[in-house]
Amino acid sequence: MSIETPAVTAGPFAHERVSISRTMGLVMLALLPATLFGFWQFGWPAIHLFIATVLAALLAEAMSLRVAGKPVRPYLMDGSALLTGWLLAMSLPPWAPWWIGVVGSFLAIVVAKQVFGGIGQNLFNPAMVARVALLIAFPLEMTSFVAPTPLFSAGAPGLVEGLAITFGGQGFDAFSGATVLGHVRTELGQGEALSTILPGLYAPVSGAIGTVAGSLGETSALLILLGGLFLLYKRIITWHIPLVMLGTIALLATLMHLYDPEHYTGALYHLVSGATLLGAFFIATDLVTSPVSTRGQILFGAGCGLLVYVIRTWTGYPEGVAFAILLMNACTPLIDHYVKPRIYGRDRKGAPIEYADGAGANQ
Amino acid sequence: MKLFKIRGGVHPDDRKHLAAGQSIEILPMPALLHIPLQQHIGAPASPAVRRGQHVAKGDRLANGQGVISAPVHAPTSGRVMGVGSYPAHHASGLSVPTITLKPDGEDRWGDSIQGVADPFALDPDEIAARVAAAGVVGLGGATFPAAVKLNLRKKYRLHTLVINGAECEPYLTCDDRLMRERAEAVIDGIRIMAHALGVERVVIGIENNKPEAQASMVVAASAYPSIRLARLPTRYPMGSEKHLVQTLTGRETPARGLTADIGVVVHNPATAFAVHEALRFGYPLVSRVVTISGGAIAQPRNLQAPLGTRIQDLIDYCGGFREEPARLISGGPMMGQPLPSTRVPTVKGSNGVLALTAAETNQRDPMPCIRCGSCVQACPCGLVPLEMAAHARTGDLEGAVKLGLMDCIGCGSCSYVCPGHIPLVQFFNYAKGEMAARGRVKQKQAETKRLAEQRTARIEEIKRAKREAMDRRRREAAAKKQAEADPPAPATITEQPVAAGTEA
Ligand code: SF4
Ligand code: SF4
Repeated sequence: MSIETPAVTAGPFAHERVSISRTMGLVMLALLPATLFGFWQFGWPAIHLFIATVLAALLAEAMSLRVAGKPVRPYLMDGSALLTGWLLAMSLPPWAPWWIGVVGSFLAIVVAKQVFGGIGQNLFNPAMVARVALLIAFPLEMTSFVAPTPLFSAGAPGLVEGLAITFGGQGFDAFSGATVLGHVRTELGQGEALSTILPGLYAPVSGAIGTVAGSLGETSALLILLGGLFLLYKRIITWHIPLVMLGTIALLATLMHLYDPEHYTGALYHLVSGATLLGAFFIATDLVTSPVSTRGQILFGAGCGLLVYVIRTWTGYPEGVAFAILLMNACTPLIDHYVKPRIYGRDRKGAPIEYADGAGANQ
Repeated sequence: MKLFKIRGGVHPDDRKHLAAGQSIEILPMPALLHIPLQQHIGAPASPAVRRGQHVAKGDRLANGQGVISAPVHAPTSGRVMGVGSYPAHHASGLSVPTITLKPDGEDRWGDSIQGVADPFALDPDEIAARVAAAGVVGLGGATFPAAVKLNLRKKYRLHTLVINGAECEPYLTCDDRLMRERAEAVIDGIRIMAHALGVERVVIGIENNKPEAQASMVVAASAYPSIRLARLPTRYPMGSEKHLVQTLTGRETPARGLTADIGVVVHNPATAFAVHEALRFGYPLVSRVVTISGGAIAQPRNLQAPLGTRIQDLIDYCGGFREEPARLISGGPMMGQPLPSTRVPTVKGSNGVLALTAAETNQRDPMPCIRCGSCVQACPCGLVPLEMAAHARTGDLEGAVKLGLMDCIGCGSCSYVCPGHIPLVQFFNYAKGEMAARGRVKQKQAETKRLAEQRTARIEEIKRAKREAMDRRRREAAAKKQAEADPPAPATITEQPVAAGTEA
């Protein structure tokens, strides 16, 4: 037996002015500053890649809906596919070829979302699935970053040159190789000490503002933080996941840094580098793939933070945000099963509350 | 006074300004009244009048039956036009036993109507009896017979009477107006109830969006130090009995229990007013204040209307519809019921009639759940609505119950915030209804089984008795044979009538 909507209408007959498309729209609005900064910083190729990725996501969604026999318009208009494409684009190297974005979008939408049953059903964050899959399949393209060449600055590619870079596969010469995270990881691996690696490579200020090599929309810690605060203000997300995740990373980094400052970077380095903030505010908080209860979210955030730090520090990958979040995504059903709010009038085990003083019990 | 936090809840747009400024007006007597026999929780009342009979205002039209029931009285003097059935004040629109009364225009009270000079000299039992006889039920919408609640003192150790003036449902202003305009009477009713309950402490909870009501109640209660006012934060569902008590005492009512379990009884201001009328003047409950509001109503108002007034009469008095309403509701928009038509009569529990526009209801087609957790955050009962709904939807009622379905108070906070516009409460209501139906079937099966077992036992018993009687006769026959040889024993003679008795 299964019911779609029971026949007898029940209240409430009033509704908050919310909808899924509004939620998605606000998230995109929050992403806008960091995205525009990425456009400015990495120029036309970044813009082309962004457009290609987003359009591919919409196309993939429309095709999947058609195949699944679902109404295309309402689902396409909910904004979720657009957001997935957007987030994916933000996590790509800005000068990556167009097909990276397109393949990524199809992976995200078709494999990570629609195969699971569409919106709300996916276990993993689609953008992160695509990011990780791309990283494994195309390690070269996914780790070739460029130094910032702001739009209209000398040496920045123009519109046409940009097209050639994104769609023609030119411009590999410009690649500087790696992000700060990648660089530090490699040098540490070669036995160098941080005091010799970091100077000249990393400054907290440029990391915070974002004038460094990195993914399209991840470089400006400040603008992402701004977007995150906006989401908190608009109550699209709650503080639990981002704060606990960042707190865990900061705590571990501080402890290890105190233990051995020559081989373990400090908290600020971890917080402003790579995808930490984008992950904490926009990806770990993905509504569909994170726990629904407050305590579950705290657990989830702590798990994400722990894994990010462990992966970055002790594994072969310089960046761990995507892996960490995917691993925790896999734990979400378990967390939601075991961690639930306490029901009113019951103790944590589900038995009715009893009062020691007998309260108003029968005389 | 110190207030405690409750979890969850929402802040709906309260839309009280539509009717809050309108003083209570007495509705001119309608041409016809339709008074249903069941206007309360419990057993329906049984009719006590015949067709064609002339009744005075306040005469009993129907008697309560059983412990949890309430009588129904004539809202005005007039002639009983019929004792039949009429569409109910309920979403189903089914017809229910109803008495139709044609007012004679005199609105004359019966001769036996008489108040008590000093209710505080009465025994608590006597007060409860008078409240019961006046047909007073909980007027906040729950319509539980008020006298039964006053008698809780017999079973529980009570210490506080809480007056629920939260009126947290948007639009509704009838309690607000009552507390503003008839504060003295409300306070008097409260004191009578406190006396009946034997409690020393009274707390009146009023949300901060009703400062005028707070002020007038403070003035009216100033002479009585045992009565305190709690200024409640405006937050839905503050008026949920258990949550209100938690806000005031910091204690949760144990699951499946009553607030009396923690020593508190909750009554509504309108109920207090009705108790005042019943004790001081002997007036049974025959009218109540109803808020007529909503964007589709031309002139929203608070009307004191006789019970049994057709909704149409109320709406007409408010200037009719400004535009075609998208929804017609009895009660508030959060927990109210859709009304099947404007023909249905008002009942004791009618606190509001709302005609809402499409913009107000903001109804949309449901989308899939995006697991956003808004419903979990909003639920004042600590439930996970999205999961309960998922189970209910697939027909897995046991799963939904395990997740706490029976702890859900149906407040609608979850549906209200759901960005997917998923009708969560609708699923819960459906599942609760199914569970109740299953419970009834199970009960019936158990009852059938019990009866069958009883029957088998009876048959066995008869068989056994027959066998014993036969044995005895055989023995007696043998004894007789022997007696023919020996002299008769007197014991055999006395034994016989007992044996016959067993067999019958
Ligand atoms: S509020 Fe609606 S969409 Fe969000 S988790 Fe609850 S049921 Fe799902
Ligand atoms: S209707 Fe039930 S599940 Fe929904 S918020 Fe209210 S108590 Fe919680």
